[in-house]
Amino acid sequence: MSIRTPFSRVQGLGASHSGTEHFWRERATSVALLPLTAWFVYAAIHLVGLPYQDAFTFLHEPVNAILMLLFVIASVIHMTLGIQVVIEDYVHTEGSKLVLFLLNKAFGWIIGVACVFSILRIAL
Amino acid sequence: MADTPQNPAHARPLSPFISIYRWPVTMAASITHRVTGVGLALGMILVAWLLIAVATGPGAYDTFVTCATSIIGRLILFGFAWAVVFHFFNGIRHLAWDIGIGFKVPTALGTGFAVYVLSVLGAVALFAWGYHQAGLL
Repeated sequence: MSIRTPFSRVQGLGASHSGTEHFWRERATSVALLPLTAWFVYAAIHLVGLPYQDAFTFLHEPVNAILMLLFVIASVIHMTLGIQVVIEDYVHTEGSKLVLFLLNKAFGWIIGVACVFSILRIAL
Repeated sequence: MADTPQNPAHARPLSPFISIYRWPVTMAASITHRVTGVGLALGMILVAWLLIAVATGPGAYDTFVTCATSIIGRLILFGFAWAVVFHFFNGIRHLAWDIGIGFKVPTALGTGFAVYVLSVLGAVALFAWGYHQAGLL
């Protein structure tokens, strides 16, 4: 027997008005990252010792560029969500929490844009 | 905090704080998962650096390679490799828990221990593979 209104149940948001979405996005990206990380590790090791032209050619291959894009995008989403939880767990001052949230988002966007732009520059 | 009672007559038992517990492997694996997660986020800077370097040209790529193959670079990359393997396998452990698998205490302890062993073996194997790839092994 619940005292929640049908509307509240339908929304499915709970007391904090969010959280399930964060949880699910973190899980979904983690599942996506299992094969993508396996590929990334292979790719990173493949690049070891390669001269510039060979490294460029590898990342220029459409399949490798696509997989690298997927890996970077899933990683950036996953890490931004993860670090947000770390901040929420350890920082309890509203001001510093807000600043760290913004820095976390900025970090994710900077890494994401830098990687995506570079991959496209190499591939296209 | 623990030394606040001034009057011994009123000294009351304190609830056990984190430092008093023996660290089971599950607890260690949990915090290691978090630490490796933050470490991997910082490691994404290296991924971005590599991609920017390849997009920029041979000079930038050579700078990256020089840094990555220096002693400090290799140590950081070994830490990165270990963190990747640890977070990968312990992440699978967390996903299994999410669907209700592996909660029995001996199972959770066993998989936690296994993740530590696998992460070290995995990192060493990846480095050996990398050295082999570079023709050094």
